[in-house]
Amino acid sequence: MLTKRIIPCLDIRDGRTVKGINFENIRDAGDPVELGARYAMEGADELVFLDITATVERRKTLSELVNRISPHINIPFTVGGGISSAADVQVLLNNGADKVSVNSAAVKNPALIAELAREFGSQCVVLAIDTRLEEDGNWYVYLNGGRVKTELHCLDWAKQAVDLGAGEILLTSMNHDGTKQGFALEITRQLSETLSVPVIASGGGGIATHFADVFNTGKADAALAASIFHFKELSIPDLKRYLQKQGIPVRYQSTS
Amino acid sequence: MNIAIVKYNAGNIQSVLYALERIGATADVTDDHDKIASADKVIFPGVGEASTAMNYLKERGLDTVIKNLHQPVLGICLGMQLMCSHSDENNTPCLGIFEGKVKWFGALNNDNEERIRKDNFKVPQIGWNNIFNLRTSLFTNVPENDFCYFVHGYYADSADETIATANYIIPYSAALNRNNFYGVQFHPEKSATTGEQILKNFLNI
Repeated sequence: MLTKRIIPCLDIRDGRTVKGINFENIRDAGDPVELGARYAMEGADELVFLDITATVERRKTLSELVNRISPHINIPFTVGGGISSAADVQVLLNNGADKVSVNSAAVKNPALIAELAREFGSQCVVLAIDTRLEEDGNWYVYLNGGRVKTELHCLDWAKQAVDLGAGEILLTSMNHDGTKQGFALEITRQLSETLSVPVIASGGGGIATHFADVFNTGKADAALAASIFHFKELSIPDLKRYLQKQGIPVRYQSTS
Repeated sequence: MNIAIVKYNAGNIQSVLYALERIGATADVTDDHDKIASADKVIFPGVGEASTAMNYLKERGLDTVIKNLHQPVLGICLGMQLMCSHSDENNTPCLGIFEGKVKWFGALNNDNEERIRKDNFKVPQIGWNNIFNLRTSLFTNVPENDFCYFVHGYYADSADETIATANYIIPYSAALNRNNFYGVQFHPEKSATTGEQILKNFLNI
């Protein structure tokens, strides 16, 4: 049976893995290629590399990063960060990336999703949504790494993106990101039950029970986390052993 | 060993090259008929849409070349589906190397609606699934129920030529074999050490 995926996420700035809290206070977490290879060996199901370098040179740094990663990683990986055209995507896929994630550029130009799906197939188009629950009770979509609020509602935007051809949704709750207090279960469940494509939950994973909750209650297809893996607060094998005991289908390594 | 990877308009070819590199092999990516026909092993990868890919192969005469190969051939994902007789993806007649027909998971909705709702099945299937009833030397040293990485909305039915089965809504063919032709629905190039073992096995056939 299809298993639930555990996906470590590596935020990259200037070639190093970094981790911020609530999108701020950035800390260094090591070399992305070494870290990615370690996670693959430990049983990570996929990897996500997000380049948060804020320079005009980013397009080049992203393809160089993919070039460094691909020879060493034997599991699927997604790259993202400032992708805004089919030409950007072509280079990344040619260099060995399996999927790309688009975020702000797709909000500004939704036709980008359709173009990427047509040209490369939906299976490699991941729509990343950064969303925040506001006092009015609605989840709003944010842009530019959580700095710019839009008037879009999360579920509406996700539905539109899937209609346009997004193959997966990577949902980050800004309220939960970095808190280690658990994932945003309600919005994750809403998206997962409404959409025909897989939903990757992100933001708030701190301990193993949070992951069980996001699969059981949040109905997520995959769960993504960063700092708890980077700083060895929770190991992937331990997490998977726990989930398996809870009756949640996970992939375990045949060796080791 | 001389390995040819069929170059066409549907592929994640770089990943296959890197995976071969990790197991110590190199390959030529080529659409040259003679090079493909004379290779020791041929890999036919593919990610994309069936009718576009078939048209491309036909325009370049690659359909005939592939059908007439006598050395071990490994189709991957869309490559495997194109080796079947027909794909429901845009009603496309395919190469007919395997008898199986390729159908859409989404079309299973009517019969399995309750299960689909309960288990929250998405189409396409994306992720790691276990493979079982493993046959042929393609799966030497691969334990029953080991995991491989799948990304697909279409699937080939189970049949005599099925050499590995997976379950998603229903049991279907995770791998096929007829004579010198092998096809896998999953991506061995992205299936960690299990995938590397399967690629090694293919090179040893």
